[in-house]
Amino acid sequence: MQEIILNGILLDEETELSLNELCCAVSSSAEWIIELVEEGVLEPVEAKMFRLQQTQWRFSVNSLQRAHTAISLQRDLGINIAGVALALDLLEEIEKLESRLARFEINEKS
Amino acid sequence: MDYKDYYKIMGIEKNATQSEIKSAYRKLARKYHPDVSKETDAEIRFKEVGEAYEALKDPEKRAAYDQLGANWKAGQDFHPPPDWDAGFEFSGGGYTGGDASAYSDFFESLFGRGFGSAQHGQQHRSHSARGEDHHAKVMIDLEDAYLGASRSITLQSPELDNNGHIINKQRTLNVKIPKGVKEGQRIRLSGQGSAGMGGATAGDLYLEIAFNAHSIYKVDGHDVYLDLPITPWEAALGAKVKVPTPNGSVDLTIAAGTSSGKKLRLKGRGIPGKTPGDFYVITQITLPPADNDAAKELYRKMEQELPYNPRSKLGV
Repeated sequence: MQEIILNGILLDEETELSLNELCCAVSSSAEWIIELVEEGVLEPVEAKMFRLQQTQWRFSVNSLQRAHTAISLQRDLGINIAGVALALDLLEEIEKLESRLARFEINEKS
Repeated sequence: MDYKDYYKIMGIEKNATQSEIKSAYRKLARKYHPDVSKETDAEIRFKEVGEAYEALKDPEKRAAYDQLGANWKAGQDFHPPPDWDAGFEFSGGGYTGGDASAYSDFFESLFGRGFGSAQHGQQHRSHSARGEDHHAKVMIDLEDAYLGASRSITLQSPELDNNGHIINKQRTLNVKIPKGVKEGQRIRLSGQGSAGMGGATAGDLYLEIAFNAHSIYKVDGHDVYLDLPITPWEAALGAKVKVPTPNGSVDLTIAAGTSSGKKLRLKGRGIPGKTPGDFYVITQITLPPADNDAAKELYRKMEQELPYNPRSKLGV
């Protein structure tokens, strides 16, 4: 067995992806990503403030997660983009609440 | 190979209509979708349901499946009878879509032929030459996020062989987990995705970090929480106590008069990073048991000498 240890790039809060990189990462077309932006599912960083062109768009890593979930929800459940947007917002809300709940449960278990 | 009861998997009767099958599928797919469901076996169930639907949604495949007979039980060792599909013409030429590699051997043995022809031409418009990116999840311990670690991960990726058949290739990668990773973050490994076509660059592999549940710590972003039991006298009089953290124990001063559920912050002792997280200790006063005469005597003495009504604010 090979003993090479691969060094990847950690995508942290400061990492940004171009439109093209995001398309590749979620295996989708640019048109579809643009549709997600128009629906408000994804928001390019500072795009509104500086009225950036699509080729100048940069996406946060959170967008990668959202685009990924959006694509699988649409493909697997046949949800349209507005429905995907709603589902994503609700899922994120649930996640926030659950992590708060987990913190409170620490106090309860013993 | 095990026989699969697709009707049972979908929770429907053998005589269900096509529209009943569709709505059963939609319901189960929503319930078990890996991005939605919190159940641990959601992904397996989701694939099972997808496979069952793939077989039953197409009237031809369904009729062929039904013809196998009702005597099979789920999990029974199964071999397709010779010529079992005589008289059926699968118009779709095998799989009609979805992630074929996720289907079971059972499905493959029934509907697997002709797969290669069905999948051709399913390329993505925007980047037809570059290899596809892959995504996988890697489980690490909280301690790994503090110290960094390396993980060996085994990936299964479906590839087409020379005859156009799909084969599952296994490969093992050793990956460095950098210090300071947080739950849900991704590591990008350039060139570790699918090979490109026509000499183009290979895709990337994205590893999503997830933490194994820890026996004593809870993690929220880059902050870490610990429940710390303390005695009534430590709480009342103040004390210096030892507190475990993922990178070694530290001394913590409990102020006199500390109540239960108080949150104490150890700044910068959460998950490390440019802005390291904090470590929170939540105090929990625990009582020594009154399980012998001497202990009972002590509690009675406290009752007499420390008159105290904790319910005075409740008006009783």
